[in-house]
Amino acid sequence: MAALALLLAGLALAFYWVPDAPLEGFRQRIFYIHVPVALTAYACFGWAAWKALRLLSTRDQRYDLESYTAVHIGLIFGILTLVTGSIWARTSWGVWWSWGERQLVLFLVLFLFYSAYFMLRYSVEPGPRRASMSAVYTLFGVVLIPVSFLAIRLAEGLIHPVVFDRDVGSNLAGSQLLTFVVCLGGTLALAAALYGNELVGKRVDERLRELREALE
Amino acid sequence: MIRARGLGRSFGRKRVLRDLDLEVGERDLLLVTGANGSGKSTLLALCAGLLAPTAGELEVVVERGRIGYLAHEPLVYRELTALENLDLYGRLYRVPERRERIGMLLERFGLWDARRRPVSSFSRGMQQRLALCRTLLHEPDLLLLDEPYAGLDEAGAELLDAELRSLAGKRALLLATHDPARVASLASGRLALP
Amino acid sequence: MSYLADVGTLARKDLLLELRSRDTLPAMLLFVVSTLVVFNFSLPAGSADLAAYGLLWVAIVFTAILGLTRAFAAEREQRVLDALVLAPCDRSAIWLGKAIAVTAFLVLAEAVALPAFALFFEPVSWELVAAVALADVGLAAVGTLLAAMAAASRARELLLPLLFLPLVIPVVVGGVGASVGDDPGRYLGFLALYDLIFAILSWASFEYVVTE
Repeated sequence: MAALALLLAGLALAFYWVPDAPLEGFRQRIFYIHVPVALTAYACFGWAAWKALRLLSTRDQRYDLESYTAVHIGLIFGILTLVTGSIWARTSWGVWWSWGERQLVLFLVLFLFYSAYFMLRYSVEPGPRRASMSAVYTLFGVVLIPVSFLAIRLAEGLIHPVVFDRDVGSNLAGSQLLTFVVCLGGTLALAAALYGNELVGKRVDERLRELREALE
Repeated sequence: MIRARGLGRSFGRKRVLRDLDLEVGERDLLLVTGANGSGKSTLLALCAGLLAPTAGELEVVVERGRIGYLAHEPLVYRELTALENLDLYGRLYRVPERRERIGMLLERFGLWDARRRPVSSFSRGMQQRLALCRTLLHEPDLLLLDEPYAGLDEAGAELLDAELRSLAGKRALLLATHDPARVASLASGRLALP
Repeated sequence: MSYLADVGTLARKDLLLELRSRDTLPAMLLFVVSTLVVFNFSLPAGSADLAAYGLLWVAIVFTAILGLTRAFAAEREQRVLDALVLAPCDRSAIWLGKAIAVTAFLVLAEAVALPAFALFFEPVSWELVAAVALADVGLAAVGTLLAAMAAASRARELLLPLLFLPLVIPVVVGGVGASVGDDPGRYLGFLALYDLIFAILSWASFEYVVTE
């Protein structure tokens, strides 16, 4: 609930308080959703990798569920990033997709990567082996993020000449920064709430299954 | 050498072993009996460290590489010859005086003349003999034998009898079989899986 | 020292297996040349010469996938990996031996593919050769680890490309950059960095893929 309140407050600030950006006007406001959502997705993937590392070092199976849930939430926010990014591209440049937008391209790669993670989980029997394989793949993901980012920067100059190169985060006015921080807090809190919720649900499922088996 | 408390293992939703207590000393030969699907192979794979328990505790006190593991499959490369397979394992398992040891085992299990033939041309019985050579190659401290008599003809079975007689009382052995009569006299204990 | 001896033993075993069964390398050679021929027809007349270089990299990545799907076939069919894992050698030696064999197959496949590319399409520069060599190391390092994962799954051949492609997009970027970019050195450096990072990661994590 608190997470939703924070997010709504951020959105209200974004729509009613922040003055229109000089060049882009009203459209630029999607920035306050798009960027926090993207950062939250990174945070989820990072959290998943941390849990994966814990799993590999302790072989304690409960980290598997935590890591999996974090990837799950991360992927949801990743898809949201793609959607909001696409809307941004549409409002700014009149196209639904732009290969010139680094963050968007990176999230497409990550979307493919973490979708493959789900494929991996679905095609391996649940158990310790699946847990450690998933953990290894999750660690690859967190290393892939900076490497891909570097690759996309390198590719930009090469394949797709940079037309729209603007660093939005660099010069924010006070009101903009505050709104941005509130929005970021809101999405992070929302992700944390979803994570906790999902984790409880999955644990209950698992307990129920165990109990059912014990009765058989 | 092996100590298990409340040991359990499931594969997905299927629970294969549950709540098993077990104790095997350094010179024990434990017969593991039970119907198909009762978890004999799973228990051996757990003791080998190839599988991790999903419940309970399992402690196996043995040095890395000092386990001899005989599975359903012979665990050899079909395209390589008997000699090449044993040479590969001899190197990886750091067997001293590898050539002599391999020659001796091939001789003992009647595979010497077939040593340069690829395993894919072997009969089931010959493959089992080769698998026994592979298992015994590094003179392991703990032997985990899953249906060691499977596929062997009478001559092969007698060779294995002699081998087990010489090992019983010197090494730790876990022997899974659904025909316990053959080795009952050597066994120091028996575990019947439900 | 015994570590390198183990790696040598395992890599030699893989090369010997391929020499006996001949089911991977000939398939890779035929595949990469067929792909180049298909590209001839998929490039419309008048398309930029540079496009051919891009397609060469697609061919290289897909040939690698073809080889990798077979990488653990012999181990999987007979569960040989169980016996290898129980050996006293370091588990990462299994990965390194296999990765060396995969690299050797890739290098041999490209020893045919690059001259064929020069014959059919565009000249091959030294930078391109260096990029291909660097890319082979990275593809084999990541691919061998993922092939071990895919071999333990139900989907197997189907799963490997899905796991593999998102991870090797940076290799394609580096490779294409080194073939057509103004400053190939930068892209070669990037490929070397990729190799280093992912080789270390795969080397360190292989043990967790083959044990519980």
